Amino acid sequence: MIAEIGHFALILALAVAIAQGSLPMLGAARGQARLMAMAKPASLMQAACVLAAFLALMHAYVTSDFTVANVVANSHSAKPLLYKITGVWGNHEGSMVLWVLILAVFGAAVALFGGNLPPSLKARVLAVQAWIAIGFLSFTLFTSNPFERVFPPPANGNDLNPLLQDPGLAFHPPMLYLGYVGFSMAFAFAVAALIEGRVDAAWARWVRPWTLAAWSFLTAGIALGSWWAYYELGWGGWWFWDPVENVSFMPWLLGTALLHSAVVVEKRDALKVWTILLAILTFSLSLIGTFIVRSGLLTSVHAFATDPERGVYILALLGIAIGGSLALFAIRAPALKAGGLFAPVSREGALVLNNLLLATATATVFLGTLYPLFLEAFGAGKVSVGPPFYNRTFVPIMAPLLLFMAAGPLMPWKRADLRGVLSRLKFAFAAAAIVALGTLYLKSGGPVLAIPAMALAAWLFFGTLSEWAERVKLFRAPLGQSLQRAANLPRAQYGMTLAHAGLAIAVAGMVGSAAWKSEEVTTLSIGESLQVAGYTYTLQDVSQLRGPNYEATVASFLVTRDGREVAVLHPEKRFYPVQAMPTTEAAIHSTGLADLYAVIGEPAGGGWTVRIYHEPLVPWIWAGALVMVAGGFLSLSDRRLRVGAPSRRSRRRQRPSPAPA
Amino acid sequence: MKRVFFLLPLLLFAVVAAYFYWGLDPERDPNAIPVQMVDKPIPDFELPPVEGAGVPGLSRTRLSDAPDTDAQVRLVNVFASWCVPCRAEHPILTRLAERDDVVLYGVNYKDNPADAVDWLEKLGNPYTAIGSDPKGTGAIAWGIRGVPETFIIDSDGRIRHHHIGPIHATDVDSTILPMIEELSR
Amino acid sequence: MTRVATMLSGLLLLAMSTAGAWAVEPDEILDDPALEQRAREISKNIRCVVCQNESIDTSNADLAKDMRVLIRERIQAGDSNAEVKAYLVERYGDYVLLKPPVRPATYLLWFGPLAVLLLGAAGVAVYFRRRPSFSEASSAAAPLTSEEEKRLHELLDDPNEADARHIRKPDAET
Repeated sequence: MIAEIGHFALILALAVAIAQGSLPMLGAARGQARLMAMAKPASLMQAACVLAAFLALMHAYVTSDFTVANVVANSHSAKPLLYKITGVWGNHEGSMVLWVLILAVFGAAVALFGGNLPPSLKARVLAVQAWIAIGFLSFTLFTSNPFERVFPPPANGNDLNPLLQDPGLAFHPPMLYLGYVGFSMAFAFAVAALIEGRVDAAWARWVRPWTLAAWSFLTAGIALGSWWAYYELGWGGWWFWDPVENVSFMPWLLGTALLHSAVVVEKRDALKVWTILLAILTFSLSLIGTFIVRSGLLTSVHAFATDPERGVYILALLGIAIGGSLALFAIRAPALKAGGLFAPVSREGALVLNNLLLATATATVFLGTLYPLFLEAFGAGKVSVGPPFYNRTFVPIMAPLLLFMAAGPLMPWKRADLRGVLSRLKFAFAAAAIVALGTLYLKSGGPVLAIPAMALAAWLFFGTLSEWAERVKLFRAPLGQSLQRAANLPRAQYGMTLAHAGLAIAVAGMVGSAAWKSEEVTTLSIGESLQVAGYTYTLQDVSQLRGPNYEATVASFLVTRDGREVAVLHPEKRFYPVQAMPTTEAAIHSTGLADLYAVIGEPAGGGWTVRIYHEPLVPWIWAGALVMVAGGFLSLSDRRLRVGAPSRRSRRRQRPSPAPA
Repeated sequence: MKRVFFLLPLLLFAVVAAYFYWGLDPERDPNAIPVQMVDKPIPDFELPPVEGAGVPGLSRTRLSDAPDTDAQVRLVNVFASWCVPCRAEHPILTRLAERDDVVLYGVNYKDNPADAVDWLEKLGNPYTAIGSDPKGTGAIAWGIRGVPETFIIDSDGRIRHHHIGPIHATDVDSTILPMIEELSR
Repeated sequence: MTRVATMLSGLLLLAMSTAGAWAVEPDEILDDPALEQRAREISKNIRCVVCQNESIDTSNADLAKDMRVLIRERIQAGDSNAEVKAYLVERYGDYVLLKPPVRPATYLLWFGPLAVLLLGAAGVAVYFRRRPSFSEASSAAAPLTSEEEKRLHELLDDPNEADARHIRKPDAET
């Protein structure tokens, strides 16, 4: 019964979305306030309906309702409650419901908090949002109905893929979708602005918080996925350039560019056409990601159970959404008026460089991901594009980005004096030099490139701090005054400082992982020990353990350094009988500077195969990502970006602004 | 002129979408790898006999000299006793090996010799010589990715066909027999 | 007609496997650390042909293990790294290399990023050239008009930033 209610709610949501996508748009075109006003109740209603469907599906999972085919395929009565809940989105159909739920919630948020948006813009944004909802609700209903029943119901389910039964991965998809789908807001604003024929500072101020929210969630989602890979796959890798990783990374890269170019629109009324294009392309890449993951187009270890029919449906949606918006762009964008002027060396110029490099990086990942398909289509054989390609192309694009990133925020708007900026980076330069020498001294055996790479991370980190110190006049004004200034700095300012510093920290972690990782693979008997990077690992015990729906072999390693105990590690090797699948659960002890990483393998020669990894600086990757996300949310909490925006804005909007030609 | 630039994103997307559409063809297997061994000479390899099978081992020299036959066409089949599809194609291979113009050789892939001998005794041994490849490195010399796989080699010692997976009766009619008849002419 | 690919969810899922063996095993490792190091380097750049986007170094598929063993055999037999790779490419094609070879069919892949960067840079250059700004840069860019000043204040809502900008008003240009 409840499953039918869920199904019905989904159908109702589609009907509501159709109304929401047409009437307010009509109202905006004709200037009819009552039609435009429909958008708000409709989007709330749509969100309520999708939420009801989502809860109905969750109910089926929690109660292990094996009359629902989707539950049979992805759940099991012995599965822990947490994974019954997260199992809802651990499959194609359920994750689509989550996808449309997040879409509807974002729409409802605009309806609720967009009180002071111009009514026509608000009506159009919500209508565009509804178009996307129509596409994906119909896709879910017609090709991927999660509420289908099965008769006769089996006694138990097939269980969830054991790799997904993990806290890190359980919350990875919702975060990722909040990011992916969040970019739909920027997209809806861009399309609405093209229809209105008007882009101004107020528009940018509206787009920025949504983009920032999406970006923060996507950062968190990608970091969570990478962290999961790191501890779950059992060899300490954290990024693989797999197509499915790439399709989440491309919207992140371009979304980062969008975040920066929107600042230029907001503050300087320039780069408007480019920003609109970025907003369209960022969400387009999210859609392309959804398509690639669910169509079976590329081989990836991940990929949902795929079906070409679904692929064709999503491709048609892609054609309408991306093709339509880009056609609209081609027609309307040339009429947008250019805005403020600036010199090449200026804050705006620095942001243009940021956009150029990030767009190139996105294009690189795009080429690498899809090139095998292009070649295959030409019958030119099959190639593989793996990490060595990205190391030679993507990394060289990122290096100058990091280099200029330290200087960008120090540049004034309109026109900057490069020498002046550089002179204010003296301290950062000195710090980078010290880090380079320190690296050379401490790690003389490692790869040579690691030295400039570490220096680059230090340069960015201390350059970012210098910028903050300069703003508060640290050491140049009395301390009290500096504190006062620090307290007065807007949160968005701190957000930027945190995000940039977080990236520097993460980069240091990536360099550490790439350059100085050490690994030992050997066979140990109980009581034997092994030395890795100055730590002694003694295998003390191996025992068997029964989990709720798995059997585990648990090892116990005593880790000592210079005779002192550092940690006891308990890596596990699990076997999930329902899916007949083994997993490894690495045990990790983080010292803050490095991870001590242990994995237990098969019994061999009277002992056990063990893998011990020493991962220098790797915890910084996720610490840095966390700082970046914190920066994003801190910035979101800024009064200036608050969704309920300041009332002064209405006055400003009366200023003559670029009108459609 | 300026407007052309604004059309560029749309055109680029159209190109990408066309590729996507092509890629969705249900006949296309994104996991398939094109074969590489066709038109190459017999690779350099040397495998000892399977203990107890009663036939000699296999090497490049033996394959190219083919001392035990006048047949024009040589088949090399990679098999294992643990491989279920191998059992399915066994009668088909046996029938092919009975032809005068065909000689069949085997590579016993990652198998236990005793199991292989049991298997051959039960199903019959159509192979003139079998190389034992317990570590699977001999099979890599042939560029295989699984079992069973079968190669057709002409009298000049050149690989003419590489069949991946079990040979079905339909494959015999559509590709294997025409190829054999062409080569033995 | 459902072509079932690997089952999965979430998004960033990688490396599933069939057996309980994981990547390089102790019994494969060569005694000579220098040779072993070379074997690892090669393995990291060779794709496991029966897996999905994994190198044989990290894959636990049987064929990946066999290839690792084969690479070590050939290294011990005196092959150079390039010869080992050529041996595998001869049998499995370019597909087996995680770093695609540079040949006409891959020029777009290898030089595409550079082309995008150069085209983008050219676009930016044209943008700056075509806008009136930079011939009269000093007059257009120097002091903000009072109206702009006011607008910036409104937009920024930030007393510090406003005066920080004054400090940096360009003067060193001429």
